[in-house]
Amino acid sequence: MLGEGGAGRRAFGTQNRTLWFWVFVGPFLLGLGVFTYVPLGWSVYLSFFDAHNTVTPSDFVGFGNYTEMLGNKAFTDSLWTFLLFSLFIVPTTFVLSLALALMVNRTRGAQAFFRSVFFLPAACSYVVAALIWKMSLFNGVRFGLANTVLGWFGADQTAWLSTTHPPWYWLVVVTVRLWLQAGFYMVLFLAGLQRISPRLYEAAAVDGARPGWQVLRHITLPQLRTTSVAVVLLLVINAFQAFDEFYNLLSDARGYPPYARPPLVYLYYTALGQGQNLGLGSAGAVILALIIAVVTVGQARWFSLGNKEG
Amino acid sequence: MTISRRTVLSTAATAATAALLTACGGNTGRGGGGSGGAGPRLAQWYHQYGETGTEQAVERYAAAYGKAEVTVQWRPGSYDEQTAAALLTESGPDVFEVNGPSLDQIQGKQVVDLTDLFAGVKDDFSPAVLAPKTHDGRIWAVPQVIDTQFLYYRKSLLEDAGVRPPRTLDALVDAAKALTTKKTKGLFLGNDGGAGVLGGTPLHAAGLELVTADGKVGFDDPAAARALGKLHRLYADRSLLLGAPADWSDPSAFVQGLTAMQWSGLWALPVVKKALGDDFGVLPFPADGSGGKPSVPVGAYGAAVSARSEHKQAAKAFVKWLWIEKTDYQEDFALSYGFHIPARLSLAKKAAKLRAGAAADVVRFTTDHGYAQPLLWTPASQTAYQDGLSRVIKDGANPESELRSVVRKVTAELDRVRKKA
Repeated sequence: MLGEGGAGRRAFGTQNRTLWFWVFVGPFLLGLGVFTYVPLGWSVYLSFFDAHNTVTPSDFVGFGNYTEMLGNKAFTDSLWTFLLFSLFIVPTTFVLSLALALMVNRTRGAQAFFRSVFFLPAACSYVVAALIWKMSLFNGVRFGLANTVLGWFGADQTAWLSTTHPPWYWLVVVTVRLWLQAGFYMVLFLAGLQRISPRLYEAAAVDGARPGWQVLRHITLPQLRTTSVAVVLLLVINAFQAFDEFYNLLSDARGYPPYARPPLVYLYYTALGQGQNLGLGSAGAVILALIIAVVTVGQARWFSLGNKEG
Repeated sequence: MTISRRTVLSTAATAATAALLTACGGNTGRGGGGSGGAGPRLAQWYHQYGETGTEQAVERYAAAYGKAEVTVQWRPGSYDEQTAAALLTESGPDVFEVNGPSLDQIQGKQVVDLTDLFAGVKDDFSPAVLAPKTHDGRIWAVPQVIDTQFLYYRKSLLEDAGVRPPRTLDALVDAAKALTTKKTKGLFLGNDGGAGVLGGTPLHAAGLELVTADGKVGFDDPAAARALGKLHRLYADRSLLLGAPADWSDPSAFVQGLTAMQWSGLWALPVVKKALGDDFGVLPFPADGSGGKPSVPVGAYGAAVSARSEHKQAAKAFVKWLWIEKTDYQEDFALSYGFHIPARLSLAKKAAKLRAGAAADVVRFTTDHGYAQPLLWTPASQTAYQDGLSRVIKDGANPESELRSVVRKVTAELDRVRKKA
């Protein structure tokens, strides 16, 4: 019988590491190949063709889709929108989650309670949170929560998502994301803070360091360096993936306004919306992927990621 | 009983294989052939209607068909995107409702030519909604019902403010301003200020078109910039309701008194009538300038057949039965649940519900001033135009320069689709 004879034991026994490696890793590699790399490769292929309403095109256009996408004001505007959003959301979330972590870390009595309270929004979906923000908190009529509160002070009702001067829609987009993700990064910082040896603080106190800013700057922040690098990387990647809250806050049955339109939303409409221009959409996806790759590599170098002394 | 490691592994492998095969199979709602002696199985897709009873009605029609087994799929969410994606695969519908089909779907051979179904009845379909379903003399979908949009106004609020129902775009701008109070805005054109829903309506009101009959840009004219500029005045005057919980297609803002006038559709008429009785009136989008005319957009979902269907002839036969022969079902679908104008002129004429009050006014506006979005107006052209209009309305961007950029884009799109023809 297989497995009981010498040859079978050699083929299926625990010593045959290669076989077991493929048994366990193979299905996942297959899934990765079929559902990630093949579509990725096909998308790159499509980007060189005129592919309206088809994924098996025949009209080769070379770099035509790329030049069209790069010359398209709507796409380049969406890149600027994303850049503006990232420049704001990354440092803001970083500072807020670090501040929350420092606060919760100092709390002795009900630390678990506060940790849970701040972390809980991370369990909420972006879609649900965006709809609550849009329909209840920041709707533009007099019974929206924000307008009701402002009404107590005699202020006029504000159309939060439709006002471009000043751009109030950013307040809605940013607050929903801060609410959803600050708690998650707070937990990462908390883990980092709890790894710092108390002896360092004692030594600092003996050396005369004043508690507060001086200790934070010279002990806490340097000790949190690896956590901070991970948090910034995750924040940038998340910002690149911004879609759910933008789409659910600002789209309607007839489309999407040109302001606050991140690249993924624009590519969604180009490739998967009624346009069904899969060649052009693929070219945009390749351009975006290249930008993400360049930024990520640049950032890794900036933080000396992988450097043992880093 | 002891379970060996080998048993666990082989069971897991069998389960995984079964799961994989099940996933590969999938239930497409489409059978491979005859079933139960009722002919082939056909999958028919509809977008989700808001009106109660519509789903049950279309299921009843499908069940009454004897020559095929028709399964109805009622699909909520982004229906146009769902069908567009499904048409690329083998698992899509045989028969489907489509807000089109688009020119790219026709040129991409994704839908079946239905011209022969119209033999002897073509003249009974409203020309306004049949035109956008026609390309190169062939018809690609059977219009089901006519949906139209217009302006609702609250009579009592206008009387209190001493405002007459506006007949020109300038009068509309002034009326909206006069009707705006601390609690009520003058006009609701959608939460985006009208950029999405109005489309070519203000251009038609100025006597222009999106695309001319000979396939050229129809709004490369100073009158276009003038009309669009007036929409910015509505925004700048703070006369527009923005950020309402329900958008323009829902009459909630109007019946709740959040706005004195609202742009919405015929489907909303029963709700408005129930809430306000006779305290409302309807108007077309008002004319602008000396060459202008009132403007009423019309559209129609049509029944189309997927070119990937395994049973194209059976699907065509079903479409002919339901949307050409069964006039009693067509009338029931148009008027018993929501409120729509039947696509057949003979049905629209005899429908009692359309003969009196606001409904009769709407039918008259639609007949006199109705226009449909042309087939040559591609999604890319629409996006460029909507973006430009949004910048004009909300940012106060210069209408001339915005329109110049839109004209360039639309010209390029018209060249592209002509090349494919």
